[in-house]
Amino acid sequence: MAVIASHLLASAPPPPGVMVSARIVSPGYWRSVGHRLVRDRLAMFCAAVLVLLVLAAIFAPWVAPADPFKASMLKRLLPVGSPGYWLGSDELGRDLLSRLIYGGRLSLAMGIVPVAAAFLIGTSIGVAAGFIGGKTNMAVMRTLDVFYAFPSVLLAVAISGAMGPGLSNTLLALTIVFIPQIARVAESVTTQVTQLEYIDAARMSGATSLTIIRLQVLGNVLGPVFVYATGLISVCMILASGLSFLGLGVRPPEAEWGLMLNTLRAAIFNNPVVAALPGVMIFITSVCFNMLADGIRSAMDLKR
Amino acid sequence: MRVLESKPNGPSAQLQPAEDRGGPAQPLLAVKNLVKHFPVRDPFWVRERRVVHAVDGVSFEVAKGETLGIVGESGCGKSTTARLLARLLMPDSGTLVFDGDGVDEFGGLGLSDYRRSLQMVFQDSFASLNPRMTIEDTIGFAPRVHGLSPQATIARSHQLLERVGLLPAQFAARYPHELSGGQRQRINIARALALQPRLLVLDEAVAALDKSVQAQVLNLLQELKREQGLTYIFISHDLHVVQYLCDRVMVMYLGQVIEIGPVEQIYNAARHPYTQALLSAVPSMDPKRRTAAPPLTGDPPNPISPPSGCRFRDRCPRAEAICASSVPVLSALLREPGIGVHEVACHMMVPGSGHSAAPAASVMEIA
Repeated sequence: MAVIASHLLASAPPPPGVMVSARIVSPGYWRSVGHRLVRDRLAMFCAAVLVLLVLAAIFAPWVAPADPFKASMLKRLLPVGSPGYWLGSDELGRDLLSRLIYGGRLSLAMGIVPVAAAFLIGTSIGVAAGFIGGKTNMAVMRTLDVFYAFPSVLLAVAISGAMGPGLSNTLLALTIVFIPQIARVAESVTTQVTQLEYIDAARMSGATSLTIIRLQVLGNVLGPVFVYATGLISVCMILASGLSFLGLGVRPPEAEWGLMLNTLRAAIFNNPVVAALPGVMIFITSVCFNMLADGIRSAMDLKR
Repeated sequence: MRVLESKPNGPSAQLQPAEDRGGPAQPLLAVKNLVKHFPVRDPFWVRERRVVHAVDGVSFEVAKGETLGIVGESGCGKSTTARLLARLLMPDSGTLVFDGDGVDEFGGLGLSDYRRSLQMVFQDSFASLNPRMTIEDTIGFAPRVHGLSPQATIARSHQLLERVGLLPAQFAARYPHELSGGQRQRINIARALALQPRLLVLDEAVAALDKSVQAQVLNLLQELKREQGLTYIFISHDLHVVQYLCDRVMVMYLGQVIEIGPVEQIYNAARHPYTQALLSAVPSMDPKRRTAAPPLTGDPPNPISPPSGCRFRDRCPRAEAICASSVPVLSALLREPGIGVHEVACHMMVPGSGHSAAPAASVMEIA
């Protein structure tokens, strides 16, 4: 879309002195979605928080005030606001702020990477199945239903248990868990879209199925699927931390929010605020992702 | 719209209109014995496989430059016929011959070439436009797919917009929800014209519009037809519109053609009892000539198990034993060079059929 718009911009500048009241150039669908999203304050605030979290995670060695692995038996479970330990310390006396900053690296990666991978694969499967329809669709979706039948925690545990511990295996297991869920949403939206007459009209144009999917179907399918996938990021982070707790994902002393939440759970009676902080981070991240997804969805809905 | 890979410079790359091949006497589209049955989804323990007889042996021809109207009540197979013609559905059997070439058969016309020559305008002007594409992208989609450059595509879609009476400067960048129903239907027409087709299938194209807008769109269709030498197949249940627009009318009942003929013949001298009932249901403008005969009662029979013999017999006021036992075939009542052929599928019209109202069999036919 953008390409055509730029061609027009180059070829037809409005004559000087002439008032052009109407838009002659179509800004293209995705560009107008961008404009609308930028005007959504809440979504922009959440995006800013997420950017901040990601930046802090990436530049953790420079941002963190202390070594996240340096333990001290004397300074265990300091309360929030202690000198040198702004957010307190954990059960081994490590600086919690530093661990939270470092923990963002693994937590964000384990929340986003599997969902992103599952989004790509699941959407491809779902859109293809929905567009082809008929028996192919039935075969593909019933196969995915087999995975769907297991609770996601159980499935994740089973897969990563079978493949052995380790970060990459955990990521793979989580990806497999989310593929059927995303594929199912993509399939149902695609099936609905494919029944509409503009797809028939596109078929009448002589376009190949791939072109129709790319230019007519995807724009109408990606929105809802993307919003759904974004909502899965928080679920994925929690699942990942569960796997870590079972010794299948990240292992101590590695800093990861879910793992920290689990190891601090014993301190919930002594120092509830500190024990809750990793959970607060997970909460903030997932709320921001959900709000941003909401903003994107309403920006994609041109009627409002 | 993102840039599409251009196709190699085939004959379609220049987007020339398809040329006339067989001359004016050859029908533009000849449909022979089109059949489409939809299987009924029964549970697996139901033995017999049941089907809906949506279209059951439909044959007709469309002459170059004419407008053929297809009328009939809901569910009679009008729209299925349209989708079969457009090959959006594959027929179970039957052939299409487009200007002398068999469609989608060996040595005949390829599907993509056929679809360039035949385009369709759909009833639902909203569902037939992609909500996330601007008007100019929607109209330009087909030319773009056929390898026109981005600039040429834009120029083409603006030209088409102007032709259907919408200012490009005002409308090109809009989305479908920003338009009224009439405007959207104009866009649909513009899109159908983008590949310079020869035959336009209009499936209830004006049914969803209010009367004043309907008139504008109908006039636009008339102008376009004259200008570009188009041929229309106009599917409608609005008998007034069909009378206004069409040269010939085909009446369908339960998946079959029961009467076909020139528009004056059908409207003034309909022979099939169903056509007569259909026409008498049109409200008269003159209160002194209000409808006196009781209208047709009941619903059309179940298309899963249509009645034996004539499918109209259980609603027909003049049905007799012969109607249940033998299927009436379409036969010509009138064949005059000036007026055209008027065919009807009713035992009352066939000499010696056994129906009490049928004319006596001529000597020729007995011998």
